[in-house]
Amino acid sequence: MIALEKRPEPSRLLAMGTPLIAVIVTMIAGGLLFAALGKNPFEAIRTIFWDPLFGEYAFYYRPQLLVKGAPLVLIAIGLSLGFRAGIWNIGAEGQYTMGAICGAGVGLAFYPSESVLIFPAMVIAGALGGWAWAMIPALLKVKFGTNEILVSLMLVYVAEQLLASMSLGLLKNPQGFGFPGSRNIAEWDAATSWIAQDYGMHWGVVAAMIAVIMAYVLLNRHILGFNIRLTGEAPRAARFAGVKPARLILFCLGMSGMLAGLAGLFEVAGPSGQVSIDFNVGYGFTAIIVAFLGRLHPVGILLAGLLMALTYIGGDIAESQMGLPAAAIQVFQGMLLFFLLALDLLTNYRVKFAVKGAA
Amino acid sequence: MTGTLLSIRGLTKAYPGVVANDSVSFDIQEGEVHALLGENGAGKSTLVKMIYGLVKPDSGTMTWQGDPFAPPEPRAARATGVAMVFQHFSLFDALNVAENVALGMENPPPMRDLATKIRSVSENYGLPLDPDRTVGDLSAGERQRVEIIRCLLQDPKLLIMDEPTSVLTPQEVEILFKTLNKLKSEGTAILYISHKLEEIRALCDHATILRLGKNVGTCIPAETTARDMAEMMVGDTLHTPTRSAKDGGAPVLEVRDLSLASANPFGTRLKNITFTVHAGEILGLGGVAGNGQDELLAALSGEARSGSDTITVKDAPVGHLGPNERRALGILAAPEERLGHAAAPDMSLSENALLTGAIRENLTKNGFVDWASTTSFAERIISAFDVRTPGPASAARSLSGGNLQKFVIGREVLQNPQVLIVNQPTWGVDAAAAAAIRQSLLDLAAEGAAIVVISQDLDELMEISDHFGALNEGRLSDIRPAIGLSIDEIGLMMGGADASEGAAA
Repeated sequence: MIALEKRPEPSRLLAMGTPLIAVIVTMIAGGLLFAALGKNPFEAIRTIFWDPLFGEYAFYYRPQLLVKGAPLVLIAIGLSLGFRAGIWNIGAEGQYTMGAICGAGVGLAFYPSESVLIFPAMVIAGALGGWAWAMIPALLKVKFGTNEILVSLMLVYVAEQLLASMSLGLLKNPQGFGFPGSRNIAEWDAATSWIAQDYGMHWGVVAAMIAVIMAYVLLNRHILGFNIRLTGEAPRAARFAGVKPARLILFCLGMSGMLAGLAGLFEVAGPSGQVSIDFNVGYGFTAIIVAFLGRLHPVGILLAGLLMALTYIGGDIAESQMGLPAAAIQVFQGMLLFFLLALDLLTNYRVKFAVKGAA
Repeated sequence: MTGTLLSIRGLTKAYPGVVANDSVSFDIQEGEVHALLGENGAGKSTLVKMIYGLVKPDSGTMTWQGDPFAPPEPRAARATGVAMVFQHFSLFDALNVAENVALGMENPPPMRDLATKIRSVSENYGLPLDPDRTVGDLSAGERQRVEIIRCLLQDPKLLIMDEPTSVLTPQEVEILFKTLNKLKSEGTAILYISHKLEEIRALCDHATILRLGKNVGTCIPAETTARDMAEMMVGDTLHTPTRSAKDGGAPVLEVRDLSLASANPFGTRLKNITFTVHAGEILGLGGVAGNGQDELLAALSGEARSGSDTITVKDAPVGHLGPNERRALGILAAPEERLGHAAAPDMSLSENALLTGAIRENLTKNGFVDWASTTSFAERIISAFDVRTPGPASAARSLSGGNLQKFVIGREVLQNPQVLIVNQPTWGVDAAAAAAIRQSLLDLAAEGAAIVVISQDLDELMEISDHFGALNEGRLSDIRPAIGLSIDEIGLMMGGADASEGAAA
């Protein structure tokens, strides 16, 4: 018989070790899956995890890691603050889209000026756009007690409609021969978020790094971060400690909206380049997985964001080179999350094997 | 009263790092009330769990009326004739009494027959209970009756009761004792676990005393003084709290006509509560659990707000202030529920020290936490209140109940409060720790603080309070000097009768 026994204290060793074990177990289970599909499992695993970093064409894939990882990390950091406090912003995708629309809109209003103020103005507008979009569920929750999960999620679809309308109407490139989508912002020097495109460096990468550090300091050194953690772990104790729930809701949702908005702005002004109908590709939803994969810890999120980006890039390579079905790659990514969350149990519980009937 | 019902020989159970029971042996005779005495962590719970089949012993044997007895699970123990009333009730608030009873039975009869059965058992044993009432509306005493009746319907030969009187009024205790005596006269043996030595002396035929998992002695309670039993339990001479006589100081905490709805749907509404506590005074508030204790603590701590003038401290209105603003003024509180309310279970002791200490101990600078000072504050609490723990980095949930309680009370006492409100300061705490906590409250009062102690332990209240009042359905009785109050008068106050009439008669 197998029994679970609660540990008196969470194991620190396992808290650090389980993500690594989860990756290894995923490789084994994924390998079996690929073998069942008639592919060489070792080659598949190598293609996903090794080739993007050290393979023949790594010079092309490595910058992609930053490009794909930065928005994931930036959004996930914001989400993790709320998740720590039990405030569930599921609508980062919408805030990301709104940040891109607002930021790009402010920038394009000044086209083709080359003023140095344009990019900072776009950054502020992007942050405000995401923030304001997140304030809708926040204020509704504080004032009327609505469920922020539903409201923020539904606002994603509203934002998508707005995005479509913008790329077909207001922000459409006047010199675009009628094609939907805005001017290319990335090729406009005053507005681009690229720092060094060949290396995948753009301001979003910088912002993600700053966000990781700020979140770490906030959670570990600041009373506000303490209150966030306290609210998540023991809501009654938080009220006893004088935490005002409404203020926390406004802060957490506002902060996550702002970071998602920034991620959208950096994306639209760099890697994506323009506001278009299919601008949003699901970073806001994947970031939820990244936040949990990183255990809502800033450093964990940084690593999880890079790992997630790696499996996306590696998955693409495996799809095109080995002919693995896209669904198999998705199952593989799902396994990773599954094993991580399952093994997470071990930090708080220990497994006891007891022989049945022993006195 | 003939043979041995249950004989326990050399029972041993070890958990990682601790031996809960170390070859414990004793016998329970048929039809006797046998007391199991011991401090928290002495191994009483583990022992009864082994009898009830919840835990398997590592070694040792039990014999039931001469036959080997090793229940692999509670169902087997119940089939043999063991029934148990737990300290924490396992009842569903939203279901009625009969439904709750049915949930605990192997083969429940149809609801109507069950209701009839419940009625007849409740009349037989003098436990008034209506099977159709919703459990959420019952008092703690009535809930306990549900649990007892659930057990009695199985015709047990051995009834185990874990701290049954901790939630009862003196009158309810009397009813319970009558029931237990009736059961005993019918030949049912009772294993009675309690801290309350006077009760054990009144009720039990034999007592087995556990300390650190070992059987350290047996006695006949009626022939042993409470003090001797306590010292066997603790293994040391007991330090009784000392009070120094003092004259009444200036009024500090005044509550005027406080009425407040509860945040909890099954909670109690506070109605027109009025009292004054002077500097250096301890006001003891008794009452059965669920009569507004939690709500009163919330109203005084600032978790629930009221009109600004309903609560004043040194003439400054504070009713509209939140917990931290009140802390800044020196109004501190320690709620009853240690894990999850007074402390965050998964956070370290340092972090828990920050939880209420941030303001008065200046543990933050511009919002940034000064972890060095916070840790040293936690260390101060640990050493001043003898909290047994590896250190301030340990998680709160790793501490035993008594140690965490010492930490929670110590955290507030060391912040030099002007007003301190505590709810159940020694609940589930062993005798030595309880004495230390009470002494610290007395010392604090001697330094001039105004203290409100809400408790269900009447002995505790009589030991430390200067004045006494009781909560009943959200109302507060008259406040009367504690010295000279009789148990009957207290019972009337707790029952909601106007106590002054009783005194005048």
